[in-house]
Amino acid sequence: MATKILIPTPLRAYTEKKESVLAEGKTVGELLSHLTTNYGALRRHLYSDDGKLRAFVNVYVNDEDIRYLQKEHTAVKDTDTVSIIPSIAGGTQ
Amino acid sequence: MSTTAIHEEVKLSPEEYRRYGRHLIMPEVGLEGQQKLKASGVLMIGAGGLGSPLGLYLAAAGVGRLGIVDFDVVDDSNLQRQILHSTKDVGRSKLESAKERINGVNPHVHVEPYRTQLTAENALDILKDYDVVVDGTDNFPTRYLVNDACVLLKKPNVYGSIFRFEGQASVFYAEEGPCYRCLYSEPPPPGLVPSCAEGGVLGVLPGIVGTIQATETIKLILGIGTPLIGRLLLFDALAMQFRELTLRKNPDCPICGEHPTIDHLIDYEAFCGVTPQPTDGKLQKEFEITVGDLKAKLDRGEDVFVLDVREPHEYRIVNLNGYLVPLNDLPKRVNELDSAKDIVVHCHHGIRSVRAVDFLRQVGFKKVKNLVGGIDQWSLKIDPKLPRY
Repeated sequence: MATKILIPTPLRAYTEKKESVLAEGKTVGELLSHLTTNYGALRRHLYSDDGKLRAFVNVYVNDEDIRYLQKEHTAVKDTDTVSIIPSIAGGTQ
Repeated sequence: MSTTAIHEEVKLSPEEYRRYGRHLIMPEVGLEGQQKLKASGVLMIGAGGLGSPLGLYLAAAGVGRLGIVDFDVVDDSNLQRQILHSTKDVGRSKLESAKERINGVNPHVHVEPYRTQLTAENALDILKDYDVVVDGTDNFPTRYLVNDACVLLKKPNVYGSIFRFEGQASVFYAEEGPCYRCLYSEPPPPGLVPSCAEGGVLGVLPGIVGTIQATETIKLILGIGTPLIGRLLLFDALAMQFRELTLRKNPDCPICGEHPTIDHLIDYEAFCGVTPQPTDGKLQKEFEITVGDLKAKLDRGEDVFVLDVREPHEYRIVNLNGYLVPLNDLPKRVNELDSAKDIVVHCHHGIRSVRAVDFLRQVGFKKVKNLVGGIDQWSLKIDPKLPRY
């Protein structure tokens, strides 16, 4: 019983270069908690010091932003895919 | 789009009929569409990786006015991806090089160069006369500035961003959908997200993302198809996969939401936390060392431990014979270091090494300094035989 979480390139440095990771949980919050327990260095990239998801990191269940679902209480199934999408700035240089 | 009011007055020359023949025979474009393109003005922010295919394709397609904002100079390291510029252009202003190339493709395009950094003071003035703004910048302050200026002026902002093998594209148009702030209300703190200069980028990646931006720009001008408004397109070059995520207008968005709190352009450097703090600057100084001072120490035979926090593949390109511990491995390998020694930390340009010095100070190292400008500065100032990359 695990749901796939897609890890974006900038954060793969903290997941042993894995592109996706399986995590367990019934909600997005539980999944991310499981994920950051296994990959501790990821925590400060996803959460601010007061434990909130950072404003430059969005989490999607399939193609929907959890901010417009039930946020971290959004229920997930094994067949769902969770994406973490941080802002990236690259362009010109 | 506002171009429709005047496009019927725009005439094509016989040469232009031949040039745009493949557009003219498609009913979705046709003569009217080609006139719309010629009557339109597009502003490109940046003539670099994303701006290269964008400028070339918009010029080839017959966009009438192409504004370009850039104050950079063509560098050797740009040529791996910035196909607007040639080897002979190294050292020239990107604007001059871009104008020459664009007019070589299509002399009918009127190129309007702005040799300046886009700022809160000049952005509204520069943007106001264009129909579409295309964001090809490489930094967060300019991204938020372009977004806010476009929202205030009610203009579509064709967005693209790249990192290593991955790209994002969307159209932010607050009149019809979400803006960039709806997606990310705040930028990451400086240093937490690596830039392309640090993380690298596959040369063809901006080619793909910039071409998607060109496509969206042309669709917006012509008023055809389904634009990327409210959708974030993700491209992964390694997997060769496109994915799409739904973007929603955030009712609490500070600039395009129901109760906006931003009604003018702000200080974006400060907003993104990149303004140097004067007090920090002083504190920082004692944890910094220049390449000249390090050279002098080594020449005097002082016992300096050089710590290289780059990746092994970078070490193989060029190194200072330092002890290699990649930044991300530093926490678990910190016990390999001797806090009694004078440690000088370096990376490629001196960005990762600042983080390494911060980390080492937090865990109790006192005699640790950051090599300003990294190994690149060493190659420039001390040992030109070492290759720069």
